[in-house]
Amino acid sequence: MSLLEIRNLCVEFETRGGAFRAVDGVSLDIDPGEIVSIVGESGSGKSVAMLAVMGLLPRTAHVTADVLRFAGRDLMRLPARERRRIVGREIAMIFQEPMSSLNPCFTVGFQIGEVLKTHLGLGRAERRARTIELLGAVGIPDAERRLSAFPHQMSGGMSQRVMIAMAIACNPKLLIADEPTTALDVTIQAQILDLLVKLQQERGMALVLITHDMGVVAETAQRVIVQYAGQQVEKATTRELFRDPHHPYSAALLAALPERATTKVLPSIPGVVPGQYDRPQGCLFAPRCAHAFALCHAKAPPPAGSELSEALCHTPLVGGVPVVPGAAA
Amino acid sequence: MAADVTVISAPQAPPHPLAVFWHDLARNRGALLGLAVVVLIALLAIFADVVAPHAPAEQFRAHVLQPPAWVEGGSWAFPLGTDEVGRDILSRLIYGARYSLFIGISVVAVALVLGISLGFAAAFVGGLVDVMIERLMDLIMSVPSLVLAIVIVAIIGPSLTNTIIAVTIVYLPRYVRIVRAAALSEKAKDYVTAAKTVGVGRWRLMFVTVLPNCVAPIIVQATLGVSDAILEAAALGFLGLGAQPPTPEWGTMLAAAREFLQRAPWVVTWPGLAILVTVVSINLFGDGLRDALDPRLKRS
Amino acid sequence: MTGYVLEARDLVQHYKVRRGLFGKVGLVKAVDGISLTLKPRQTLAVVGESGCGKSTLARMLTMIEQPTAGSLAIAGTEVVGADAATLKRLRRDVQMVFQNPYGSLNPRQTIGGALEEPLLVNTDLPAAERRAQAAEMLKRVGLRPEHYGRYPHMFSGGQRQRIAIARALMLRPKVLVLDEPVSALDLSVRAQVLNLLAELQRNFDLAYVFVSHDLSVVKHIADDVMVMYLGRVVERGPSATIFTAPQHPYTRALISATPVADPERRKERIILHGELPSPFNPPRGCTFNPRCPLAMDICRVQRPELEPKKGRDVACYAVTP
Repeated sequence: MSLLEIRNLCVEFETRGGAFRAVDGVSLDIDPGEIVSIVGESGSGKSVAMLAVMGLLPRTAHVTADVLRFAGRDLMRLPARERRRIVGREIAMIFQEPMSSLNPCFTVGFQIGEVLKTHLGLGRAERRARTIELLGAVGIPDAERRLSAFPHQMSGGMSQRVMIAMAIACNPKLLIADEPTTALDVTIQAQILDLLVKLQQERGMALVLITHDMGVVAETAQRVIVQYAGQQVEKATTRELFRDPHHPYSAALLAALPERATTKVLPSIPGVVPGQYDRPQGCLFAPRCAHAFALCHAKAPPPAGSELSEALCHTPLVGGVPVVPGAAA
Repeated sequence: MAADVTVISAPQAPPHPLAVFWHDLARNRGALLGLAVVVLIALLAIFADVVAPHAPAEQFRAHVLQPPAWVEGGSWAFPLGTDEVGRDILSRLIYGARYSLFIGISVVAVALVLGISLGFAAAFVGGLVDVMIERLMDLIMSVPSLVLAIVIVAIIGPSLTNTIIAVTIVYLPRYVRIVRAAALSEKAKDYVTAAKTVGVGRWRLMFVTVLPNCVAPIIVQATLGVSDAILEAAALGFLGLGAQPPTPEWGTMLAAAREFLQRAPWVVTWPGLAILVTVVSINLFGDGLRDALDPRLKRS
Repeated sequence: MTGYVLEARDLVQHYKVRRGLFGKVGLVKAVDGISLTLKPRQTLAVVGESGCGKSTLARMLTMIEQPTAGSLAIAGTEVVGADAATLKRLRRDVQMVFQNPYGSLNPRQTIGGALEEPLLVNTDLPAAERRAQAAEMLKRVGLRPEHYGRYPHMFSGGQRQRIAIARALMLRPKVLVLDEPVSALDLSVRAQVLNLLAELQRNFDLAYVFVSHDLSVVKHIADDVMVMYLGRVVERGPSATIFTAPQHPYTRALISATPVADPERRKERIILHGELPSPFNPPRGCTFNPRCPLAMDICRVQRPELEPKKGRDVACYAVTP
């Protein structure tokens, strides 16, 4: 059974210009103990989708889903109290800006202790011991002394370790990491990714890694979901995506990476991600797609079969060449 | 031509900032009401000659201390009644709006000019200049505002002009501080550095690059400042240190009517109510402006 | 005449910082003796993590900050100690593009105004000519004439960065200092801007100082690479040499830590332990020694100088010539 099961998740925001669909029909299964990466640019709805799962969106957001189940429990129909008990305890999340995710007024020890008190109801001495243990587990040297440190006394990398310690405090089954290393330097990024993978293996957690960095995806994840303008355009294993991307967007994104470039001029994607006011009628990627034809501009494509990574495209690519599904066989 | 130099169209423009501003402001009912009342008062003040039934100083000796029209003994010739020398209160209030608004606006105008100059000097010159300006402002703020205003008027003599000067000095620190803070935070931004690297000089940097980006908090402060100034000037008038009788300034009217409080309460009520309504309306509008202009208070 | 458009010798930038209200005054050596030269059409990448001094270096090269010591010559003319008129003239030759296109454009200035401003304050060109030049530059960076009167908030990040680049080019500078110009941009837009930069370099004979922490971008765009750690250069040389065979242990760690977008290539990662030491109290000897896997006794005592070894300059005792 899947740990997290999402079918047709949509999130709309009320804005001045009318409703804005930030997440459009996201479906996702996450099994216990796997690392899934959601990759996309800003505006792809990758964070919003996961915030919706956590129930952390503001009131202006309208969330709908056919199925939103965690460990067999329907999150949509769960009373707010029960949902809060699951969120934070069984599903935890860490964010991009570790510095602003910690409350600057309280010590690190107090903030981790608070999580332990709220969710596990531990006593004072137990909390202290467990906090030291957690700080040790996330690789913070001299944990005992760090208990009384304030967030501003720590670097970005250290703050992110503290956030991770807080997130794993209750042994969650699922950890959602939203751009956990984007604000960090590369050498620190390597340390944090290493730590996340190590913790994931040791504790058998599932890990959802939201990122825009293809390098991070390639080195960390087992499966990838590519999102574009709120839609999932491709779902593949990491190896398959990097070997033979089936959606033109994934293909173009990979081709535009400087490290994969073979020429001095990078093959770039023209245009920009559609915003609230210029959403195309047909396929959302059509205006920027090198393979688009009349149908793409008129009609939104259905997802292809799983052998083509469910690419959301009328003519998914195979080996870089567009094919019509079914007709090619 | 390389693929990426193909012309890129701007996305369809998001709503114009002014439209956004109006939307945010219009959402706030109180602000709209405040704005409407302020506009009404301003129109009355501007067209006082046409609107007011009588001249403000004209005395109707036969109608001394006549009550408002709907009270027994009143008449519609003097809708809000008359004062102790038979002047029509409504007319005096309408003309008085001129004085109050004039005081409020001129105090704010002078304080803005001085505040922007001193605030920018503090922010851009820095060092000793900054310290001296800041300490001077601290000094002014350390004395209760009314006491300071009284002291200043006592020194330079009571009159309408001197009221304006006194109130300006009292409220100056707020403007200086808000301008200085806004300028310092804008100054640290990249676009200011970018302007420096292309060779933009100091004056242009201050007034063309930075100032337009500081206007939001300054506008809010200025709007709220009008009501503060009106209140302060009325207080001075009430103490006999502001505009002198027979000027129909609201605070002065209040002071003159004080002794008739028991016999003819309307003489005191109307000027007091006029001050209240004006100040509340300006504040409502100012709060709405703040909500609309200050991004930190914006709801998502 | 050396032919260098930019020549820096032993640039030093030290800041006095008071720690706490009554604390001791500490000295932060943000940049501690950096020399570099730049020719037309050359791209020099300055690489390092936050706190290594690369942004301070950029600010000195663009004359936003005066160096504490050292010399800086632009097209053969010395900057340090020059009079105001000379400085104003030299400033035109070195322009800068900032990391965050959302902060580097004045929100209350139209695009046209932003492009014309450099000409307005530096030249006597008539308004019509300024406008014509601004419109021409808009076209060259891939924007349309009708964008002229619009405000920055109407543009996406990539478009704003094009505008920022256009403004920097209005004075026809010889050197462009690019401070992380693409790291705030989305993946699909990044390639567009990198291509634009390459094209503009050819068209305008520009020399680039490309400050970045993203090694995959640097590898693609740079001719030469300079790796900085805590205010000093640890390795410097041609891009190809450095990326194929990095010598300094820090460079090696940096390259190996950069994620590669290829799941088939499982490489051995060198994970550095610890973090950047406090700049108030840098380690004795080689500043990298507490994190260095190769550190020897001498590294903890004496600082290695930058010396030519294996086809590049490297400051490390462990690297044999």
